[in-house]
Amino acid sequence: MDARRGSLPVPRVRQVGFFTPNAQPAPTRSQSGPPDSSSPPLSDSPASNSLSPVMIPPPRHHSDNLAAAPRPTSPLPVPEPSPFRRRGADNNNALLVGSYNPAETLLAMSPSSSHVGDGESEETMSGGWFRRSNSGKLASSLPSGTFDFSPVQSTAEALKPNKVQNPVGISAPKEQQPEAPSSSKQPKPKLTKAERRALQESQRAAKAAAKAGGGKSVAAPEEVATIKSVKQHQTQKKDAPQVAVSVAASERKGGDKSQEKERRKDAPAPRMQFDDKSRVEKAKRRSVVDQTEAKKRVELFRHLPQYEHGTQLADLESKFLQLDPMHPAIYKVGLQYLAGDISGGNARCIAMLQAFQQVVKDYSTPPEKTLPRDLTAKISSYVSFFTQCRPLSMSMGNAIRFLKNRIAKLSPSLSESESKSSICTDIDRFINEKIVLADRVIVQHASSKVKDGDVLLVYGSSCVVEMVLLHSHELGKQFRVIVVDSRPKLEGKALLRRLVAKGVHCTYTHINAVSYVMHEVTKVFLGASSVLSNGTVYSRVGTACVAMVAHAFRVPVIICCEAYKFHERVQLDSICSNELGDPDAIGKVPGRMDVNYLNDVSNSGNLQLLNLMYDATPADYVSMIVTDYGMIPPTSVPVIVREYRRDHLLI
Amino acid sequence: MWWRSPSFILDNRQQQPNDTARRDALSIPLSSPLPPSTTMADPNPNPNHKISAYYQTRAAHHGVVSSDWLAQAQAAVGHLPEGDDDASNNDQGAPSGKPFSVIDEFNNWRKQPDLAEAVAAIRALAAVIRNSQATTMMELEIELKKASDSLKSWDTTSISLTAGCDLFMRYVTRTSALEYEDFNSAKTRLIERAEKFGEISYKARKIIAMLSQDFIFDGCTILVHGFSRVVLEVLKTAAQSKKLFRVFCTEGRPDRTGLRLSNELAKLDVPVKLLIDSAVAYSMDEVDMVFVGADGVVESGGIINMMGTYQIALVAHSMNKPVYVAAESYKFARLYPLDQKDMGPALRPIEFGVPIPSKVEVETSARDYTPPQYLTLLFTDLGVLTPSVVSDELIQLYL
Repeated sequence: MDARRGSLPVPRVRQVGFFTPNAQPAPTRSQSGPPDSSSPPLSDSPASNSLSPVMIPPPRHHSDNLAAAPRPTSPLPVPEPSPFRRRGADNNNALLVGSYNPAETLLAMSPSSSHVGDGESEETMSGGWFRRSNSGKLASSLPSGTFDFSPVQSTAEALKPNKVQNPVGISAPKEQQPEAPSSSKQPKPKLTKAERRALQESQRAAKAAAKAGGGKSVAAPEEVATIKSVKQHQTQKKDAPQVAVSVAASERKGGDKSQEKERRKDAPAPRMQFDDKSRVEKAKRRSVVDQTEAKKRVELFRHLPQYEHGTQLADLESKFLQLDPMHPAIYKVGLQYLAGDISGGNARCIAMLQAFQQVVKDYSTPPEKTLPRDLTAKISSYVSFFTQCRPLSMSMGNAIRFLKNRIAKLSPSLSESESKSSICTDIDRFINEKIVLADRVIVQHASSKVKDGDVLLVYGSSCVVEMVLLHSHELGKQFRVIVVDSRPKLEGKALLRRLVAKGVHCTYTHINAVSYVMHEVTKVFLGASSVLSNGTVYSRVGTACVAMVAHAFRVPVIICCEAYKFHERVQLDSICSNELGDPDAIGKVPGRMDVNYLNDVSNSGNLQLLNLMYDATPADYVSMIVTDYGMIPPTSVPVIVREYRRDHLLI
Repeated sequence: MWWRSPSFILDNRQQQPNDTARRDALSIPLSSPLPPSTTMADPNPNPNHKISAYYQTRAAHHGVVSSDWLAQAQAAVGHLPEGDDDASNNDQGAPSGKPFSVIDEFNNWRKQPDLAEAVAAIRALAAVIRNSQATTMMELEIELKKASDSLKSWDTTSISLTAGCDLFMRYVTRTSALEYEDFNSAKTRLIERAEKFGEISYKARKIIAMLSQDFIFDGCTILVHGFSRVVLEVLKTAAQSKKLFRVFCTEGRPDRTGLRLSNELAKLDVPVKLLIDSAVAYSMDEVDMVFVGADGVVESGGIINMMGTYQIALVAHSMNKPVYVAAESYKFARLYPLDQKDMGPALRPIEFGVPIPSKVEVETSARDYTPPQYLTLLFTDLGVLTPSVVSDELIQLYL
């Protein structure tokens, strides 16, 4: 027995949900791991202040870095940031010449996306990029040459040991040693590297030539490449330690490359950040819906789309006949989103899926294209149209992912009509199993929790919660409902009307009074737009407030939510992802002419109106989540997400 | 769930001869040539709904300590007449001339004081499969379903009985390969699985005792509440491995189960101190950990246990003492109580010693619900779990 104890000194405890497994740097997750470790020196240099070190994309070629690092024209050794700026320029260049590669742009844009409030510096940066992208000869005009180099380098050296701990596959172990900066050790590895570089240069030149042959290039990249390589060879010996630093960085990145690629595939595409000017520009050019940006945008929420409301609809309607690539069903649903005719997570999702079904039915594969690829591309373009009409909810994202997955998994041996009918049945099954039947199961479970004499508090209008209340009423349970509502949508009134029509005993109040009514409440039933894997409930704004008050009064909070709305994302606040409504809706009170205090000041620059649509309720305030898999605690959401994902593939 | 049972922990340990002997006795196949009767028609053998049958059984098994408990304790030295029990089992195991009834079978198994109710039910259900005259899988499954329903209705207040039956049904019948075999081999396979399940459930207590040894350190003081056979097994194993620890036993009103536990522990030479139930907070600062059993483990990760567990957990939580729960995995139930009243009532009479005026109401509920945030860890035969893993296990099993 003692021997056994010896072999098991630390008790093993199984956990689920949210905990950090120690020192496991989940390499498939994100870019924040490895690139982070190589970037600290950068953050010290003023030129790169606005570049988030976390999101810097890996180079596609070693030579990218090498070519840029040394500059013949600058008398001083050039500071570190240049390779990264250089790379940014390359990416932009690639974009300008028209080889639009989504992965590239995403990465190129992502640095700025991590900062919310630095729109200005971003602008200057991108200006720099564009200037530089014109030719390779502008190197001397770079401001970077004027910086004092020594402090940067010293920080680089100081941080070297940090870099060494980079856990991901590394190609040049020699540079990894902490004493790498000492120049005495450099010569030998440098020789082999020079060879490697030469090889890479030639590859790059070949690639560039191919690109130029494609006829899309504006500036001749071939020339640029050769110039670069010449520069590089000239300067290589001059500032050996400096090169070594950048080489170390680039080599490491090069080693990462293949993993990085896979990671990119796995990681969900980052959401559009609307404070990223250049990207917004580009999105605008492609967009169908003509949106004018709101003049006064709320500073903290600049990363979210803030457009003038009410202008797009008429515009879009007038365009109806010109939009030939858009399917009419898609167009109709998009307009309904825009006008607010369809609201509520389930209704929006079903409408979208049915529109897609219509698209699939009317679809015929163009010549020389395959159905899975072409249809996926088509659906992606429709999805971006929907996004322009109204930002997608996470549940819709899940449904789209399901649909694309089904299309991609289609057996190539199927004929076109068979594939189409298979997709249509899949969509039908999704709607049936994941929404309609799921709701029925949820209603069964949730109404088992309604007891005689209960006082149930509901907030806003959730269709599942309404079904629960009506079903419990039909079962003859004696209970009372308090409908809590809030401005500006006042969705609760519609719910109230339907409940009263069925003979349910109701009380109606606004959210201001929630703490007053809470003491008589026995259970709180809430809907959700989605549930995130840390148990956070993302729902109509005000839900968090109700849940918090209920928690303080020790009233159990029951969330009713279908499992297809579960999302593996984690969110801690309601700032980084949200939707903004029409700001005028909170400024004006319809039907109250005497409440006009904002009429004359609404154009003042000091006033910004914020109409948030969603908020995030922490898992602590949630007692139970009722899903189609039964009643689960909020800590078990990741379990369902895991199981459900497997399910995705099985359906 | 079950195939991941860390029963390997027992493999290193040589089985006590007593154990093996008993298991052999248990696994003698019970063959009844007579066709099974529909047990659904049986009247509920527990017509007195005022009193929880579960607690009656417990009282019978644990020998409710009444005021003259000393005399009973003396008599209890000769307790656990295993040989007799086994013999009677074997006699009754093959009742000839009488139709097979799952309730009778269950009652036979239940007579063993060491065998938990759920394990008895599992064994009884295994016997149903063995005795079945069904010729198709569907028939067998319906028969099994009926048997398990009648078992469940026999005592609706016992969480572990219901959960054990449900788990058995899931474990035994969930196999997709069944359709492709002929009926007899499929049936053999079901019987195999049923016996394996019974085996695992039977071993569960020992596995838990082994797993929990890492948490009991020399010189610690353990507070226990009520009488739980798992907790007793844990403490027994710790005492046998020469650990030095002290145990505080609560009295465990109204059936004074704590007295019985202290009696058992005193036999093992473990220093025991007996507290009245209301002295928990008073002595909590001396306590290093709280050990409780469970009637049922619910989906939130909380437990349903004997009345008083919740308040002990609350006191322990406020004084930052760990609360450990020892529970076999057949007690995992698909229940989700939101609060104390959100459970099926389980009542039992309370003796106050003096007549109570009829105007005075008496709270006779036998158990309470402890929410997961007040529990530290659960020791189960699936391993040592945090409360949130319980739901994980349940989801994986039932979905």
